[in-house]
Amino acid sequence: MSPKELKSKAKQALQKHQHDKSLLVDILQDIQSEVGYLPKEVLQETSKGLGVPLSRVYSVATFFKAFSLTPRGRHLINVCMGTACHVRGAVKVMEKIEQELKVKRGETTKDLKFTLETVNCVGACALGPMVIIGEDYHGEMTPEGIVSVLKDYN
Amino acid sequence: MAKLKSVGELEALRKSITGKRDPKKAVITVCNGTGCHAHGCKAVTAAFQDEVKKQKLQNTVDIRATGCHGFCERGPLVVIKPKDIFYQRVRVKDVPEILTETIGKGNVIERMLYTDRAPGKKITCESDVPFYKLQKRLVFGNNGLIDPTSIEDYLAVGGYAALAKALKMKPEAIIDEVKKAGLRGRGGGGFPTGNKWESTRKAKGKTKYVICNADEGDPGAYMDRSLVEGNPHSFLEGMIIGAYAIGANQGYIYIRNEYPLAVRHVHIAIEQAEASGLLGKNILGSGFNFDIKVQRGGGAFICGESTALMASLEGRVGEPRAKYIHTSDQGLWGQPTNLNNVETWANVPLIINNGADWYRQIGTKNSKGTKIFSLVGNITNTGLVEVPMGITLREIIYDLGGGIPKGRKFKAVQTGGPSGGVIPESLLDLPVDFDELVKVGSMMGSGGMIVMDDKTCMVNIANYFVSFLEGESCGKCVPCREGLQQMKYILTGITEGRGKKGDIELLEELSAVLVDAALCALGQQAPNPVLSTIKYFRDEYEAHINDKQCPAGVCNLEAVKVK
Repeated sequence: MSPKELKSKAKQALQKHQHDKSLLVDILQDIQSEVGYLPKEVLQETSKGLGVPLSRVYSVATFFKAFSLTPRGRHLINVCMGTACHVRGAVKVMEKIEQELKVKRGETTKDLKFTLETVNCVGACALGPMVIIGEDYHGEMTPEGIVSVLKDYN
Repeated sequence: MAKLKSVGELEALRKSITGKRDPKKAVITVCNGTGCHAHGCKAVTAAFQDEVKKQKLQNTVDIRATGCHGFCERGPLVVIKPKDIFYQRVRVKDVPEILTETIGKGNVIERMLYTDRAPGKKITCESDVPFYKLQKRLVFGNNGLIDPTSIEDYLAVGGYAALAKALKMKPEAIIDEVKKAGLRGRGGGGFPTGNKWESTRKAKGKTKYVICNADEGDPGAYMDRSLVEGNPHSFLEGMIIGAYAIGANQGYIYIRNEYPLAVRHVHIAIEQAEASGLLGKNILGSGFNFDIKVQRGGGAFICGESTALMASLEGRVGEPRAKYIHTSDQGLWGQPTNLNNVETWANVPLIINNGADWYRQIGTKNSKGTKIFSLVGNITNTGLVEVPMGITLREIIYDLGGGIPKGRKFKAVQTGGPSGGVIPESLLDLPVDFDELVKVGSMMGSGGMIVMDDKTCMVNIANYFVSFLEGESCGKCVPCREGLQQMKYILTGITEGRGKKGDIELLEELSAVLVDAALCALGQQAPNPVLSTIKYFRDEYEAHINDKQCPAGVCNLEAVKVK
């Protein structure tokens, strides 16, 4: 996206929330779901549009786990690391994904195909270990199972 | 829907809705909670809708996609009303058969019935399944009956009757009723709700706020999500009543963005309530105005803490502050603010409808009512259970939960989220309430209950929780930021075979500092998992440190040994 497009995306989100300072988190969330991440341009535009210092926009954007300042992959993998999934072996599933994609948690594959993240709980504890790819929920995952699931995404 | 201008109009609408419904007409309810979504309930619901058209059964049966029924283990769940036939693990291919056999001919299909473990017999009715039979589903019960996206469904089960009643009461009388009922905060603190309301009402300030905390961050706890997803009007109604009693005209719902379905449903519910005159200006002609805004969280566990949540609502980083000034005096934007959790708000209509005396009959001396727990981990029946306070852990785990699967042995149950404690087998007959759990070194928290079998290593678990909290610590105060990091370092060392004499004592010392000196509850309670595992499973720590052995066979201590 060109800087101009990025700015207009930010403006749209600001308008939707009526330039309400208190909705900074929501505004950034909307921009991120449109753009995929939060590049410098949108942070600057948000700061200008809300009349809050850029440092504060930056601190919010880096404090919350939901935001990323670097581009993300086409598919976001969220491995649930909640307690229920942990006691059912989520760590082993995570290790297998890291090994398979050659990335660590928080990183994106070189081909921008996958970004690997963790989530604390999605409340589908009955089906743990849980791996969420995009909007698909994959329950009762095993190290072997996840390898074949990953092959379904391109 | 036209705006309702009076209580009379509300009751007339309710009558016309229930009048149109034939109580004898069959309704197939399909659980559409997140758990069942993961099991594929969406396709099952769609298949029912298609098949009903195909078989031309529109006049014989209704299909209703409901909220979470709680029995996530056996999803997708289907219950056929009014006969209450309970089918579990229903697949798309089963749909035509259910319609022809059960709806058409009235035959029960054995294959899909729940089999009781002990006697091995099939159970037909939902209410006879032990998992449900032993529950007291006051708050959660309507989840399985209504379509959460339909305000008409909520009205049909008596929704907003409590609001109508409350609007005719004096605000002080409502507060007295909630106080008398003994309702305590369900989000973890257990603070008496009525007292909080009263302080906020009496606090000086022109503008007052009420907030619903739906930022359910405890891993392994998802009761709030199921309520928001499955019955959003119930806690909205509680919030409106609370706002009226407190004298607030603006409310906020702070909701976890990891719960997309819940976010969607709460938006729908607010729109419907506004369109019907149950939210907004001059609610039901009472002269009372109240609006609700929804804000999604950003994935920070600390934002479940009230002052951090409010900071985040103001568009700032979610860091807590010291509470020498209560939020009931100075909260959001420096104004008197009352914050309660989803489940607490959802209890309010029950109290107003049935009265404090009725509510007081349920529970223990100082913990009244019911509590929803999420029963997860190494347990046969994973799911959400609503039980009266005072029930024992043993009843929850064995009678409702069906015990430990795979023939393994029970080892411990962890309650209260990451900053709760583990409870060993010797204390299983403990009655569950706010005070009893604290006495044994754990807490109620928001109601997560994680069952662990004998293949679980307690040092590993303590390390898991400390690592979790270390990652979620906001970094504002030193004891929490640095203390947790040191604890994690020591615990990781023990699990990797680098444990040495004095580690346990050092952990206890660090814990004492955190309890005394951390700024907020996250830090103050963070030592709970460490202290409780040391207290009840000290021998496991010693085995790791002295013998370089993990009795549960989880930790890999070999790497160091070889060196």
